[in-house]
Amino acid sequence: MRNVWIIIKREIGSYFATPLAYVFIVIFLALSGALAFFIGRFMSREQADLIPFFDYHPWLYLLLIPAIAMRLWAEERKTGTIENLMTLPISTVEAVIGKFVAAWGFAGLALALTFPIWISVNILGDPDNGVILASYIGSLFMAGAFLAIGSCISALTKNQVIAFIISATVCFLFTMAGLELVLNFFRLWAPDLLVDTIASLSFLTHFNAVTKGVIELRDIIYFAAMIAVWLLANVIAVDLRKAA
Amino acid sequence: MSAMIELDHLTKRFGALVAVDDISMSVARGEVLGFLGPNGAGKSTTMKIVAGFLEPTSGSATICGLNVVAEPVAVKKRIGYLPEGAPTYGDMTPNSYLGFIAEIRGFDGIEKRRRVDAAVEKLGLERVLRQPIETLSKGYKRRVGFAQAILHDPEVLIMDEPTDGLDPNQKRQVRTLIREMAADKAIVISTHILEEVDAVCNRVVMIAGGRLLADGTPESLRTRARDHNALLIRVAPDRIEAARGLIATLEGVPSVETVTRRDGTLLLRVPPGEHAHAATIVAALNGANIEIEELVNEVGLLDDVFYDITAHASHRENPYA
Repeated sequence: MRNVWIIIKREIGSYFATPLAYVFIVIFLALSGALAFFIGRFMSREQADLIPFFDYHPWLYLLLIPAIAMRLWAEERKTGTIENLMTLPISTVEAVIGKFVAAWGFAGLALALTFPIWISVNILGDPDNGVILASYIGSLFMAGAFLAIGSCISALTKNQVIAFIISATVCFLFTMAGLELVLNFFRLWAPDLLVDTIASLSFLTHFNAVTKGVIELRDIIYFAAMIAVWLLANVIAVDLRKAA
Repeated sequence: MSAMIELDHLTKRFGALVAVDDISMSVARGEVLGFLGPNGAGKSTTMKIVAGFLEPTSGSATICGLNVVAEPVAVKKRIGYLPEGAPTYGDMTPNSYLGFIAEIRGFDGIEKRRRVDAAVEKLGLERVLRQPIETLSKGYKRRVGFAQAILHDPEVLIMDEPTDGLDPNQKRQVRTLIREMAADKAIVISTHILEEVDAVCNRVVMIAGGRLLADGTPESLRTRARDHNALLIRVAPDRIEAARGLIATLEGVPSVETVTRRDGTLLLRVPPGEHAHAATIVAALNGANIEIEELVNEVGLLDDVFYDITAHASHRENPYA
């Protein structure tokens, strides 16, 4: 645990040592606001909730989360610092978790900084703050799942652009799996069981369930399991390099 | 003396390429081992396995009695490793980077400060402590990497080309540092610079094509040079032919030739034979009343030994040769 914490501190420090952190936070806040106000018609629909805000999070994450995740391992491999890191007395699991938690904490900070929209909606009306809290938690977990995918894929290449494109594609597939458009295609020929399985793997299905205000244990378990599985694959990807 | 590093039939394959081919050796406390070999000989791969960055395909590496694959964290605690090119986090300052290394190495509070300060002082990093590492000169970057490797005073120090990119003064400083630390550690350094071997190493291992080809003290390897113990004799210019004729007739002297030194002086050169023949030659020349103005016993060059031992082995690996 001590080692994980030391790695988290170093990683967070390096986010803020470069413009990366500031650029990311500004873009995230600008885009999430713009999408909620202009495309989600936050004001004109005259309802005291944050649905137009949260609805766009999967699509926002699709673009921005792979951008944080791409550097996690690919940059270390490119610059050779991975040889330094992996010959320090830490286990691969500690390194993977430390890097992931740092990136997740950073994404969480960006998400927390959207609080003015929560204040606004409370001034303008009388929203259900329980639903909003649930949505924030769901959004944070979804960001974690995107990040775990991105971190794992970043460990497979030393090219950050490749890491970004592949992560975004994989995240896109996981998101899209829940749309009727995709499910209808499968319904034509696949058994119900398969269709249900695909739907159940979708980020959208689980995230939409959460934003409706019902935090069900199975939705949180779903995201937690996604994170665990992809981080496990991440550990394996890093260790494979040793034996290659 | 107990073996601190023990390689037992160590082999590493990358697909069809055999990078390290059945290397066995051990390094004891107090030894500074110079790891020599042409580029692509397997030096870095061997060092990466010892440092726990790569796993061997077969065979084993043992550090202080601990297997590097079975107990990686315990092994890494005992090793200081400077990878090739000394990669460090460019966006950190030497101060924050060394602080991070100290924490990972298990030092906190005052002890952490003390360790970092000691390493900073040893490598002369005071002036650049608060600049991002990526803005530093190559020499400073290398020294930050070096500081990282010795910060925890490890029992085993593995350094891949530690003086690469340093200026002559910095090289001297680093070599002094290595010699100072040598007494209670097992140190392995890889290098292309043969003078470095003379400066710091008390043992030399040469590898090429992944195979261990020579192992000994710098002195013992030097005796394997073609020119080791060749004699150079200078006599008065008018007596040179007489001297040459005389030496050629001596028993046990393989041959004698006339060579020209860079300043134009003519010298007689007797290549090394099976037995020492300096005394015989001197006695014969004295007997003939030829005055010896200068007598030089050539010392073999490690360069020549290196070439003789490794050129053959590398050619076999080179498809274009």
